[in-house]
Amino acid sequence: MSDNENDNGSENASKPAVTPTPPLSKAKRQSNRRRFLRTALLTGGVLGAALSGFLPLIYSQKKRLRPPGALDESDFLSSCIKCGQCVQVCPVSAIKLADLIDGMGVGVPYIDARQQACDFSCDAVQCVLACPTGSLTYHKPEFLVVRPGAALAAKPILLAKEKDAEPTLNLTERMGVARLTRPEACLAIQGKGFKGQTRGPDFKGTMRYMDVDRWKPIRIADHPYDVPECDLCVRECPIKGAISIETVFAPDGSKRKSPVVHEPCVGCGVCEMVCPVEPTAITIEAREVWKT
Amino acid sequence: MSQLLKRRFFEQIKVMFGSEPSKPKEIAPAAQAIHFYKKGNRDLIAEKLHARAHAIHDNKWRNRRWVTLIIANLLFTFSFFLDIQILEGALTASRFVGFHLIDLNSGLQVMLAHKHIINNLIIGTGTVLVLWVLLGGRTFCSWVCPYHLLAEWAEKIHLFLVKKKLVTDQTMDRRLRTVFWVIFALLAIATGYTVFEAISPTGILSRALIYGPGLALLWVLALLFFEVFFSRRAWCRYACPIGLTYGVVGIISPVRIKYKLDGCFHEGDCRKVCLVPHVLDTVIKGRAVETEVPIGPDCTRCGLCVDTCPTGSLSFEVKGLSKLM
Repeated sequence: MSDNENDNGSENASKPAVTPTPPLSKAKRQSNRRRFLRTALLTGGVLGAALSGFLPLIYSQKKRLRPPGALDESDFLSSCIKCGQCVQVCPVSAIKLADLIDGMGVGVPYIDARQQACDFSCDAVQCVLACPTGSLTYHKPEFLVVRPGAALAAKPILLAKEKDAEPTLNLTERMGVARLTRPEACLAIQGKGFKGQTRGPDFKGTMRYMDVDRWKPIRIADHPYDVPECDLCVRECPIKGAISIETVFAPDGSKRKSPVVHEPCVGCGVCEMVCPVEPTAITIEAREVWKT
Repeated sequence: MSQLLKRRFFEQIKVMFGSEPSKPKEIAPAAQAIHFYKKGNRDLIAEKLHARAHAIHDNKWRNRRWVTLIIANLLFTFSFFLDIQILEGALTASRFVGFHLIDLNSGLQVMLAHKHIINNLIIGTGTVLVLWVLLGGRTFCSWVCPYHLLAEWAEKIHLFLVKKKLVTDQTMDRRLRTVFWVIFALLAIATGYTVFEAISPTGILSRALIYGPGLALLWVLALLFFEVFFSRRAWCRYACPIGLTYGVVGIISPVRIKYKLDGCFHEGDCRKVCLVPHVLDTVIKGRAVETEVPIGPDCTRCGLCVDTCPTGSLSFEVKGLSKLM
C-alpha cells in the first residue's frame, strides 16, 4: 500500500451540509478506501484458500479406502468432523488422517491397506463406536441410499470370534472388494510356496494372530511363514468365507490353484497387506460393490 | 440493568457483528458527574503519575491463561500419546472421560453440510454450548484455541517491527468476519461439504499437536506471516468464524470483564494490548454511560487489559456471583 497516493476523488467534495456528521477528510477517505481494498484482499485470500478445500470433492471420484462403516464418499466428507477419534481407538493404527496434498480432505481418515490394513482385531469395529457424527455408522440413516452390491448379504462372521456367542461384525456394507489384480505375480497361481517374513523384516505392519494372543496384535515381521503353497491371503483373511484357494482352469486348459474372492468380502485389506509379492498381486478396490 | 446499559448491551452485539462503536447519546447522571469531575482537574495529573509509579504490573491473567491453554492442548496430545484416555479426539470433537464434546462451529458446519444430526452430535454440541455459556463464550479463543497462542507470539514480533517502523498495522473492515461466517455456512449447506474445516487453523493445529505435523501447517504459517508483516491479529480479528460463533454464545454469559469509571485515567493502555479494542470503547474519555459498565460479547476474556490497567479499573466479574457473596 503506498502512502503517497494522490487524491482523485472529487465526487465526495460537494456533500450536502444538512447531515449532522461532518464530511470525511481527504486523508480519511483515502485510508478508508485502502482499508476496503485490503479487506477485499483478505477476503479473496481466505476464500481462495478455502476453495482448495473443495479438492477432495473432485478427488472423491478417485476411490479411497475409508474406515469400516463409512458413509458413501460425499456423505462421509460432509459429516466427518475431522477429530481423529477413530484413529485413537484403532488397535493396529490402520486409520490415518489425510494431509493437505492427499487431496481428500484435510484431517479426514483413510486406510492405506498395503501399509496397515484393518484386521478387525478390536472385534467390535471400535472406530464406528468412537465416531461422534455418524460418519462411521452401524445404522445408516434411511434417507441415504445403499448402492446396489454395497450391502453385505449377511453380517460378516469374524473368524477370530467364531466360537463366541456373537460371532458377527456389526457391519452392513462393505468397504470395498478384494481383487486379484496381478494374477501373473500370484505365487499360488504359479504353484509356489512361501517361506520367511512376508513384506520383509522392516515392515511395520501389525496384525492379530489368534494362536499368539487374541488381544495383542504383533508385527507381521515377527510372524514368519513356511507354506508349501502360498495361501497367505486366505490364511489371514479375518472374515469367514470371503476368500478361498480354488482349482481353476488356465486359458491353456491346465489346472492350477488361485485365490478366489467371494461375496462375504468386506474389503478390509488384510489380503493386500500380507501378499508377499511386490507390488501386491491382490488389492482392495475401495468403495467397490459386489458384482455377480 | 439500567435502560442505558440495556441499550449498550444490544449495541455491543451489533459491534460484534462488525459495526463501529458510537458515542453514547445519553449518559447516566452518576457517570456524568464523574466525567465532569475529571474534566480539567489538575490534581488528576499528579494522581495519575502516582498511580503509574505504584502500579503493580504483572502478567497474572496472561500466565494463568497460557498455562490453561497449554494444559488443555497437551491433555489431548497425551491422552492419545500415552493412551491415558482422558480427553480423546481433537478440538473439533472429543470425549472427556467418555462424554462427547463437540466444537460449536465444527458441529454447526457438519449439521449444515450433512443435514442429518445424530444423538451424539446433539449431546456433544449441547454440552459444549452450556460449558461455554457458563465460561464466557469467546473465552474459548483466548483460553483454549492453540492458534491464539501462536498468534499472540506473532503479535509480539509484529509490534516489535511496528516499533522499529519496519511495518505498519493494516487494519481491515471487521464486518468481514460476519461475511465469512455467512459464506462458510452457505457453502456448507450448498455443497454439503465442511469446507471451512480445511482452512481452520484451530483444527489444523489441534490435529497437528495430536496426530503429528502435516503440510496443512503451511497454511497456518502463511496466516502468521500475514499477521507479523501486514495486519495485526488479522485472522482472529477479521476472519475467524469460530470466534463469532463463540461470541454469540458469550452474549448471555455471566463471565465477563467489568469496567469501573471512577478510577480510570483514560490513558488507553488496555486498548493497546486488546485483541478486540472495539469492545473497550467505553474506556474512552466521556464514553462510559454508567459508573460500572460490563464489556461486550466480542471480548475474549483474555485478561490482558486487567493485567495492564494501572488503576484496577478493569476486572473479571461473574454476573450474579458478586451479589450472592
